[in-house]
Amino acid sequence: MQLTGAQALIKSLEMKDVEVIFGLPGGAILPVYDPILDSPIRHILVRHEQGAGHMAEGYAHVTGRPGVAMVTSGPGATNIVTPLADAAMDSIPIVVITGQVATGSIGTDAFQECPITGVTMDVTKHNWLVTDAQDIPRVVAEAFEVASTGRPGPVLIDVPKDVSNAQMDWYWPSSVSELDLPGYHPATEGDPRAVREAAKLILCASRPVIYAGGGVLKAHAADELKELAERTGIPVVTTLMARGAFPDSHPLALGMPGMHGNYTAVTAMQRADLLVALGARFDDRVTGKVSAFAPEAKVIHVDVDPAELGKVRQAEVQIVGDARRVIGELLRSLAALGLCEPTTGEAAVVAGRSGRGAGAAPDSPASARPDLGPWMAQIRAWQKQFPLTYRQEEGGALKPQYVVEVLRDMTPDDTIVVAGVGQHQMWASQYWRFDYPYTWVNSGGAGTMGFAVPASIGAKVGRPGKMVWAIDGDGCFQMTAQELVTASAERIPVKVAILNNAYLGMVRQWQELFYEERYSEVYLSPDLPDYVKWAEAMGAVGVRVESAEEVAPAIEKANGVDDRPVVMDFRTDAFEKVYPMVPAGASNDDIIVGPAQGEGGR
Amino acid sequence: MKAPVRHHIVSARVENKAGVLVRVSGLFSRRGFNIYSLAVAPTHDERFSRITIVVDVESAPLEQIVRQLDKLVNVVEIAELAPEEATERELLLATVRAAPADRGQVIALVGVFEGTIVDVGLDAMTVLLAGSPSKIDDFEALIRPFGIIELQRTGRVALPKLARRAARLRAVPSGESHEVS
Repeated sequence: MQLTGAQALIKSLEMKDVEVIFGLPGGAILPVYDPILDSPIRHILVRHEQGAGHMAEGYAHVTGRPGVAMVTSGPGATNIVTPLADAAMDSIPIVVITGQVATGSIGTDAFQECPITGVTMDVTKHNWLVTDAQDIPRVVAEAFEVASTGRPGPVLIDVPKDVSNAQMDWYWPSSVSELDLPGYHPATEGDPRAVREAAKLILCASRPVIYAGGGVLKAHAADELKELAERTGIPVVTTLMARGAFPDSHPLALGMPGMHGNYTAVTAMQRADLLVALGARFDDRVTGKVSAFAPEAKVIHVDVDPAELGKVRQAEVQIVGDARRVIGELLRSLAALGLCEPTTGEAAVVAGRSGRGAGAAPDSPASARPDLGPWMAQIRAWQKQFPLTYRQEEGGALKPQYVVEVLRDMTPDDTIVVAGVGQHQMWASQYWRFDYPYTWVNSGGAGTMGFAVPASIGAKVGRPGKMVWAIDGDGCFQMTAQELVTASAERIPVKVAILNNAYLGMVRQWQELFYEERYSEVYLSPDLPDYVKWAEAMGAVGVRVESAEEVAPAIEKANGVDDRPVVMDFRTDAFEKVYPMVPAGASNDDIIVGPAQGEGGR
Repeated sequence: MKAPVRHHIVSARVENKAGVLVRVSGLFSRRGFNIYSLAVAPTHDERFSRITIVVDVESAPLEQIVRQLDKLVNVVEIAELAPEEATERELLLATVRAAPADRGQVIALVGVFEGTIVDVGLDAMTVLLAGSPSKIDDFEALIRPFGIIELQRTGRVALPKLARRAARLRAVPSGESHEVS
């Protein structure tokens, strides 16, 4: 069967079961847009190419399947570089297809030419410049394989216009062996000897913590993680990228560690004698000053990416492998050493039951296991002494944390929450209760402001049956708000809660704390733009909320809107800061729990 | 010019495709590490090339770079070769001043080093020498006084030494020393 390169490209996406493409056409990608008219694949026309990339990311976050974005050459392609970099930092599988000028024009500074494979080389897992239409099905299949296996990540396929127009003989690679990837062999299973070593370390530890990272979600290992935690009775911290990987309502859940993590999560890691790092990469926002991080802890480090092992912290046991499979192997190893029964049921955890050798077969290596009771007691004491706090005073300024809590309590438990980057993101992560995997979408590593609106649209497209709320900042919202036009036009009813404090809040917080309150270029204004009018202009419902008592009725109203987007302008207290906080470069031991005495609530 | 003391040899088998060299070299430049020498050419299987990189870098970051290189989709195999465990060779081409009066000395020197004279002009000669990097260094130092007009070294290529030492020890009575080149 003879097809054009363009037809082969769309047919290849169909073969990969792609259901949606986020994109915006232009000259060099024109041939590929023609067969879209005849394809069952839905195309969502964005208003800016960055939106297409973040939508593809949001889709991938919640479905676990690669999101697909398609844009034209030159500025179309450069506009999607930020989403590629974002996806690379957070290991999000997306496949970006860019048009390119005809092969004969490459390198001549042709109209809308940009060497995008060169530009994106360092922010993609891999990229391809297709020079022969006959290669298209194979390259598409390779791109999906690379994006979605091993440590997932973004890939880019650059397709020159003459290649799209050329004829080719259709085929489809029926298996991985027909792909041309001789250098690509992602590891999945852990080294059995290392797994046994890890199991032994777990049985020796008296102050262990499981440090769960985004890799747990990438590997679909939430069930295995829960089993590991319950079998061993080890408490779990979930990083910003792993929120939802372990239920926040579980007695062993300690919540988020790191720069704005809660006191217990941060301090439990600092005092631990064993960290079981699963799909986590010892990011600087988690470790604080590396040399002072968890000084007494031995480390078991499980990661699918061998380059992560020993990158920041040397581990006593390094295991290259997929978190789900390695946890499974670890559970079998623990059973072989005698730890067969759950150390604790949920009730037992609450009661602080554990005891020496709890859950172990008599006379097995596990029966000599230290009692975790004192450790859990210490953790409970920290939780009691240092909870997250804020004070919403009656008639006082609206606190952003209060908005998040009310929103959390008024939405279904499996609501998908999408955040931008800054104070609102931290409050959302701290105060939401994540009990299900794939319900938290945010930009972690790259810290891309403007992520929330387009990512929430992608998430809603991927999970149309779930309620999707973006919790956004006023600074972030202004960066990508135009995609609400896309959402209105495509009938994608996302909801956006802007925690509008009229500032670039996180920068303001740093200037207040570390630059002697010298506020430089952080003021935005609460009412310029008028967010309600802006929402209405974009076809969305706009609601303004200025006091605490208005919050619940307004959210109720928003929850009832299901045919168009909703934008809520919560006018929140500009003086509120994110606590706890570990100052940049400081040791996690120097965590600041809240405003200094005498500083008042403001 | 001597190779740096802390030099490391990284040997990678890569796909013989456009853009692979820039992906590999980019991992060094991105971290501010200078590549001391680099040689790349197809292997016996034309689908693959071997890249031999000599780099002046501490061991710890190098290990990280090697792991990152291994992740590149186009890199099939990669190893750091310890100099004592590698067979290294390099080729030098040099055009040396050789007026008729000096010509005999240059020819003699090339003969001692088992090099080749590949071109002769009225008052200069182009000589070729292949050998271990230290031999090339010595040769370069000795021809320098004649006056070097142009000189080009290829950078070293390297393969792991074969594991024959143990076999030899079994075959040879002890006490007899064998130099393995």
